Amino acid sequence: MTVESTAARKPRRSSGTKRAAGAASARKTAAATAQPHDAEPQLVQLLTPEGERVDAGDHPDVAEFAPFVADITTEDLRGLYRDMVLTRRFDGEATALQRQGELGLWASLLGQEAAQIGSGRALRDDDYVFPTYREHGVAWCRGVDPTNLLGMFRGVNHGGWDPNTNNFHLYTIVIGSQTLHATGYAMGVAKDGADSAVIAYFGDGASSQGDVMEAFNFSAVYNSPVVFFCQNNQWAISEPTERQMRVPLYQRAQGFGFPGIRVDGNDVLACLAVTRWALERARRGEGPTLVEAFTYRMGAHTTSDDPTKYRRDEETAAWESKDPILRLKAHLLASGGADEAFFAELEAESETLGKHVREVVRSMPDPDTMAIFENVYADGHALVDEERAQFAAYLASFEGGE
Amino acid sequence: MAIEKMSIAKALNESLRKAMETDPKVLIMGEDVGKLGGVFRITDGLQKDFGEERVIDTPLAESGIVGTAIGLALRGYRPVVEIQFDGFVFPAYDQIVTQLAKMHARSLGTIKLPVVIRIPYAGGIGAVEHHSESPETLFAHVPGLKVVSPSNASDAYWMLQQAILSDDPVIFFEPKRRYWDKGEVDVDAIPGELHKARVTRSGTDLTLAAYGPMVKVCMEAAAAAAEEGKSVEVVDLRSMSPVDFDGLQASVERTRRLVVVHEAPVFLGVGAEIAARITERCFYHLEAPVLRVGGFHAPYPPARLEDEYLPGLDRVLDAVDRSLAY
Repeated sequence: MTVESTAARKPRRSSGTKRAAGAASARKTAAATAQPHDAEPQLVQLLTPEGERVDAGDHPDVAEFAPFVADITTEDLRGLYRDMVLTRRFDGEATALQRQGELGLWASLLGQEAAQIGSGRALRDDDYVFPTYREHGVAWCRGVDPTNLLGMFRGVNHGGWDPNTNNFHLYTIVIGSQTLHATGYAMGVAKDGADSAVIAYFGDGASSQGDVMEAFNFSAVYNSPVVFFCQNNQWAISEPTERQMRVPLYQRAQGFGFPGIRVDGNDVLACLAVTRWALERARRGEGPTLVEAFTYRMGAHTTSDDPTKYRRDEETAAWESKDPILRLKAHLLASGGADEAFFAELEAESETLGKHVREVVRSMPDPDTMAIFENVYADGHALVDEERAQFAAYLASFEGGE
Repeated sequence: MAIEKMSIAKALNESLRKAMETDPKVLIMGEDVGKLGGVFRITDGLQKDFGEERVIDTPLAESGIVGTAIGLALRGYRPVVEIQFDGFVFPAYDQIVTQLAKMHARSLGTIKLPVVIRIPYAGGIGAVEHHSESPETLFAHVPGLKVVSPSNASDAYWMLQQAILSDDPVIFFEPKRRYWDKGEVDVDAIPGELHKARVTRSGTDLTLAAYGPMVKVCMEAAAAAAEEGKSVEVVDLRSMSPVDFDGLQASVERTRRLVVVHEAPVFLGVGAEIAARITERCFYHLEAPVLRVGGFHAPYPPARLEDEYLPGLDRVLDAVDRSLAY
């Protein structure tokens, strides 16, 4: 049994509301008991890196979360696997397209498929997602056409999909800003008396931003139905977690008065279970939750950086052994949940998706020049109108003049 | 016609009340806006009548206030945010500039952000640091935002409701030293356009253009100039983004001289933009270069010096004389 699966016996949660009462002694020992940032992570895990289901019967704490995936059938498991494989294929295709000069930039999700598919599949249609710029797997779960995600990276728009079609907001590039939008949206959900929930995605780097702290505080103060889903992928471009935090991320929730929990971000089942749990809390009116999905960014931050300059090969190799896709494949094979025909069929589907993505990107038209002036304002603006007219006249002056 | 005499502060309060009665999606958010009614009492009594769910006291975090207002707008609400003082808007500047101003364009027009950010601004009340600034240029420069400032009670009443009705984000600068100035408000009037300038005094020799707190100073300057036989026209710009250049051009073509007055630093200010554009539009009409009167390129000074810093009657009249001397 691995260290991680042993750790699964003790899912770590900070429960702000429960513990607030015994404050005096807790205050005294808070610093001493806070886990150092590089402590061996203790996290909720339902599927080991070897692909074995963690037996809920043996582990009372795990038993708390196992019921949240008790309804998951073998067919569902194949579905989760398919989601992860196709997402990875799409992501790999986008990376290749950037290398070929078809995209200006790409932010790869390689290694984070389980965190995104697990949490994404926990959502209901009427829930609302506020992503950062790397949530390609969550977008997939929301039914957003993946080629829509590429427009901004190709430079033909800044994220040109209608967020309300799939309840999936635009990608947000400024780190952590969207956690406040999610909180405000969730405040609105509560005002409307709806029982849907809101989920905000962000990374470990964003956790250093003031906006994220403000989002935690506002959501706690207003008891808003929002789940903060942090994918701690260990690196904020070249900055490791020890340059970003002194205590584990999930523990911060306690200070704001809501639960924080750390889950194995490479375990799709655990991510699904924990996110469902957090969403149900939100729906019941119990307020926000912080989920820290402990995972790893296997590629570069974006295609602009070179991870070999800032991290060790051994580290990457250690995380490769925890690959979220290989672990579910091992489980499906060992349990008889899928056969070679399934994997072969999926491989063919991947090829088709890759080809489709390539074709769509290469045929994406450049936007019309006059689009510069479109949608700057909803109600119009005299200066924009004036500049549009001037520029149109300038362009027209070239016609037939050569 | 129902004409009532009221202060600018009261007009703003009545305006908010009207907007909240008209549209249940209108929310008020900010620090101390509830029980206290805001530090200037602009939201006085609103929480009592509309409840805590619509008049929302917030934590003391400006980025959080604007960021959550964006989220509420995405959900279909129309938040009216109060930033307590001008100098406190900067923690929220990131949310305003990188998010609020751009989201409509980024969504290719599919989502709208009807958020109004009310900011009591500018000097003249003897306040401490960060309580007397005029940062309007920093917002007018940002595509996607609209920026307005009323100078009298009637505009305060109507412009705020128009800003709330707008589907665009509006930065609404309230001239705090004029809060207690009274004026007539016709609450049944059909208001003029939000972004149209208005000639508040007719003249033939020179145009003074101003907005917000400086309109009153310019009116006084025009009256003083009249005693010396100079006919000065005053234009209340009312909107800094967009600026009503057509309206201003019409005035300058009549008077052939223009002086722009604002409290904000002159360098790269609204006056600089107006000088450039009016020079382009009216080059052959102008008898003198467009002059500017405003704040210095220095931090807003301690209260005991603000009378020297703020453009007053004499500095405006000095500019009038310089223009007429060409």
